[in-house]
Amino acid sequence: MRNKMRSNKTLSNLWFYVFAGGVGFLIVIPLYWMIITALKTQTAIFTYPIEWFPKEFTLQNFVDLFARFPFGKVLRNSAIVSVSYSVISIVTCSMAAFAFAKIPFRGSEALLKVYLATLMIPFQSTLIPLFMLFNSAGLSNTYGSVIIPSLFRVFGIFLLVQHMRTIPDDYIDAARIDGASYFTILWKVILPLSLPIIAGYAVITFMDAWNDYLWPLVMLTKPEMMTVPVALGMVNGQFERNFGVQMAGSLISIVPVVLIYLAAQSKMKDGLTLGGIKG
Amino acid sequence: MRKNRNNHALAASVFLAPSMVGFLLIAAIPFALSFAISFTSWSGIKGLEIFSPSFWQSNFIGLENYSKILKSKEFWVSLLHVGQYMVLYIPLMLVSSLGIAVLLNKPRKGTAFFRLLFYIPVLTSWVAGAIIWKWVLDPQYGILNDILARVGIAGPAWLQDPKWAMFGIVLASVWKDMGFYGLIFLGGLKNINPIYYEAAHLDGAGRFQSFLKITLPMLTPMVFFVLIISLINSFMLFPQVMIMTEAGPAGATQVIVERIYKYGFSYYKMGYASALSWLLFVIVFLFTFLQQKLQKKWVNYDA
Repeated sequence: MRNKMRSNKTLSNLWFYVFAGGVGFLIVIPLYWMIITALKTQTAIFTYPIEWFPKEFTLQNFVDLFARFPFGKVLRNSAIVSVSYSVISIVTCSMAAFAFAKIPFRGSEALLKVYLATLMIPFQSTLIPLFMLFNSAGLSNTYGSVIIPSLFRVFGIFLLVQHMRTIPDDYIDAARIDGASYFTILWKVILPLSLPIIAGYAVITFMDAWNDYLWPLVMLTKPEMMTVPVALGMVNGQFERNFGVQMAGSLISIVPVVLIYLAAQSKMKDGLTLGGIKG
Repeated sequence: MRKNRNNHALAASVFLAPSMVGFLLIAAIPFALSFAISFTSWSGIKGLEIFSPSFWQSNFIGLENYSKILKSKEFWVSLLHVGQYMVLYIPLMLVSSLGIAVLLNKPRKGTAFFRLLFYIPVLTSWVAGAIIWKWVLDPQYGILNDILARVGIAGPAWLQDPKWAMFGIVLASVWKDMGFYGLIFLGGLKNINPIYYEAAHLDGAGRFQSFLKITLPMLTPMVFFVLIISLINSFMLFPQVMIMTEAGPAGATQVIVERIYKYGFSYYKMGYASALSWLLFVIVFLFTFLQQKLQKKWVNYDA
């Protein structure tokens, strides 16, 4: 009996590795293809039949990318934009969520409903007037144009409201009796208790900002102001068949997000499933 | 007491001020404006003119944009393309992400590694993902057709063939999204009480049977949730199309957001593009509404 169970277990483990390996292979192939192409010479890229294992490695594609496009500046832009976006969004979302969850005011429920209702408006539906407003305000080709939308992230507000509601009111009442202001309560009591959620939210928000395309695409038209995805799109158009340069750029764009994700993974509680609530 | 409530309202308004500014600036005002602009023949990018009354007198054209759009073949074709995308993408995505979730559900050696592996495409930007796939799908020098050739299949020209271009986009999208939805399903699986499986096991149910009779029904709320999100997201199909095919070949991958972008930012027909974007909103809204109604009928909430 025990023997049979053990062999069953081995068999199920075997199936796991076969399936996981198969799916993993499908996932990895494009990534592998990107990496080896970025490191291949021009001639090797257009060799038929294709080279699965490059005979010769070169960094020329990376050199070309930075020489023909202000890609260093682009990486800096993305870093500035994504960090500011995440920080501002965390501040505004936690402030709003605190008001909804812990300050009893008339119309709280109704206002939260109005906020949540905006989740039903696709961003694409407001694209044109939003562009027109920002463009008229002289915000084209500024960091501000892509950072300002961080003021209103319903996803973050919702997430934090849900969490803050689980924090017992006793904490707040105790602090109030000690004469603490709402700001002190938020800063000293609520935020420390929300850190795992905020960490998860920060990673997701950074990722969203780093990877965002449509809005930066319409606001940032000068190469030296572009964020990474917009620049990659432009490289894709300009160097149509230069796949070495394109893969080099793609590779560089992926590395920071994966590193941040890895670093934060242990700190955020179920951050992955947290992303699932996003509409 | 009265004073207390006023104090609360004051405090709340301070805390809500930043998000309120954002709400008005990013959501409410643009949403209303987009509705208003959709009734004009406005074509321009210097926006402030729309705040003068004379602008509305000279540009107002009533429902003309809408009737033009609804009569144009292009609009229906772009919806048809979204439909083609959904029909291919959603089943493939559901099956592969459920597969991933079931795979990762039991803790084994290597689970953490595979979890990260499946998540890397999710971390990748859409632009990078699309660029990579454009190269993967290259008919002659791409790796996919090379793999197919090794098993004796002559691969199609993918993005250069109107019949295969959308399928190429679907492959890229499934690759990009299956880890994301897979981990959502994984969360659902972890919530199923093991007692059900034990009971089924005692009753002699096989593993596949338990999957059909326990796992799937218990997962319906999640499957439903993923279905709504992916349906709605399908209407937003954009970066893939922009990067991989530029809506080609021969317009075979024209989709609605891409049309909005084209009319707005290449032709500067802001009125027409706004009408398109309002139709997009209406469609998405209808889907959300419909799903909410259906939800009550076939979702199991006892999981």
